[in-house]
Amino acid sequence: MSAVSPIYARRKRANMLLVAAALAATTIAVAWLFVILYELLLNGLSALGPTLFTQMTPPPGSKGGLLNPIMGSILMTVIGTLIGAPVGIMAGTYLAEYGQHSRIAGVVRFINDILLSAPSIIVGLFVYDIMVLQMGHFSGWAGSVALAILVVPVVVRTTEDMLTLVPNGLREAATALGAPKWKVIVTVAYRAAMQGMLTGIMLAIARIAGETAPLLFTALNNQFWTTNLNAPMANLPVVIFQFAMSPYADWQSLAWGGALLITFTILILNITARIVATWSSFSR
Amino acid sequence: MTDIAARQLPRSSNGKIGDPLFRGVATFFAVLVLVILSGVMIALVHGALPALGHFGFGFLLTDSWNPVTDKFGALAPIVGTLLTSAIAMLIGIPLAFGVAVFITELCPVWLKRPLSTIIELLAAVPSIIYGIWGLFVFAPFMQSYVEPAIVNTLGNVPGIGRFFAGPPLGIGILTAGIILGIMVLPFISSIMRDVFETVPLILKESAYGLGSTTWEVMWQVVLPFTRIGVVGGIMLGLGRALGETMAVTFVIGNAHRVQTSILAPGTTISASLANEFTEAVGDLYLSSLFALGFILFVITFIVLAIAKLMLVQMSKRAGT
Repeated sequence: MSAVSPIYARRKRANMLLVAAALAATTIAVAWLFVILYELLLNGLSALGPTLFTQMTPPPGSKGGLLNPIMGSILMTVIGTLIGAPVGIMAGTYLAEYGQHSRIAGVVRFINDILLSAPSIIVGLFVYDIMVLQMGHFSGWAGSVALAILVVPVVVRTTEDMLTLVPNGLREAATALGAPKWKVIVTVAYRAAMQGMLTGIMLAIARIAGETAPLLFTALNNQFWTTNLNAPMANLPVVIFQFAMSPYADWQSLAWGGALLITFTILILNITARIVATWSSFSR
Repeated sequence: MTDIAARQLPRSSNGKIGDPLFRGVATFFAVLVLVILSGVMIALVHGALPALGHFGFGFLLTDSWNPVTDKFGALAPIVGTLLTSAIAMLIGIPLAFGVAVFITELCPVWLKRPLSTIIELLAAVPSIIYGIWGLFVFAPFMQSYVEPAIVNTLGNVPGIGRFFAGPPLGIGILTAGIILGIMVLPFISSIMRDVFETVPLILKESAYGLGSTTWEVMWQVVLPFTRIGVVGGIMLGLGRALGETMAVTFVIGNAHRVQTSILAPGTTISASLANEFTEAVGDLYLSSLFALGFILFVITFIVLAIAKLMLVQMSKRAGT
């Protein structure tokens, strides 16, 4: 029994090595997430208090809160989603229901996948060129448009994927009852794919809620409270960037607080989106 | 009867207006996706032209970056971008492969879903969080533990020593590269996992049946079968690493010089843009930054296009 051939022993050793390495890699990846979350809680919790949500960003060296960047971020994220999601849904509808295997649909799909992974800072440059330069100043609108451009590819992708999953029998049944195609899509296909599309939109919101790079040259920042979308607008990511890079302890603490806020919002959005996605697979 | 017929008539005419209208709107927005990308390209070229015209081809090959004398060259950011991405790939690929192997082959079924979710949440954490964490937690850690060790060991090796020399600052190319590696890990591993799962079960079972170990099945059956998909996933991760902005901006040090040591501060294209764009005064300065953006766009476009083509080929093969 103990006389194992050397070849077999070597193969077994090599295999143990792979198993150990795979286990180690997974442990590192998982641990990394928890280390980041732990540090966020450690440094951010002290900044988390009622003043964070009721006071404006302070000048250096004094206490304050993050009310104006929180509002700015919510406002621009909502507007960005309101612009981007319908565009994405309609384009995704075209790919799944009309274009399908046509050449133009293939090109749109290809370009969309590139937009999906394209550096977001490039989008910032683009919006700077078409909006900020033309209007002559940074603005909340420009920030919202930059975010909308990031929403589109995510929503296009999920909408198309989800609509393709809808069984054709449903469409055929509705068509046989005399419904015109647009009605089949809106009342049958959309309804069947609803949860999946919702998941896509939530993932898109989660993505833009933490985006910093495209806002740097579009919304810029604003020390004061404003709901005027025509003016530069404060937003959490840019404030975190500015405050974290500053030498002031108060600002750095606020940056951690903002970072904690943003990360947990995004993680909750992500997890909710996943739960919504499993719903749909159960109900079908 | 007549009642019903009367009520149905206007409905059936709905399709005559509704259908072309709906189709038209859908087509319009699909084409808008193309317009956005072409718009990005045109805007970048338009912004970059003055600088490219002024410096010519030499823009790519000089590393001076001096706003006072209006001399700009893209060499330092380009080298920095490529170096940080290379380090990211060196770290991210093996880790991603390990994670994908663990999830597809080794882990118990009940753990698969939660584990995949945790890895995907790693991708959901915004890059600015990696940045602030990198600056306050990871860079000091690198400075006090990892970098002195590197300087004292690899730094003394004749020949390659100068690539690992210099004072341990904590911030620099290496730190940025490591953080990037962790950031692209989930993108690469989720694609690896997906393509590994396209391998027909019977292939793997035959190999196991012949007495292969897990390692041999992965290396000699699964990887050859999924090679294109795996490389496509790696390219996708590379595309992400090249364009990543905030995480890098925090920890790279923003130094416009080409240095031999990977411990030294440097800059990348995206970090230069993030740091300098809003402060750039002078048309040539601004245009040079646009030119940097254009170079980044071209590089990532090519990398992502290759990735996409490979993945399409993979899914075609999996379909047959």
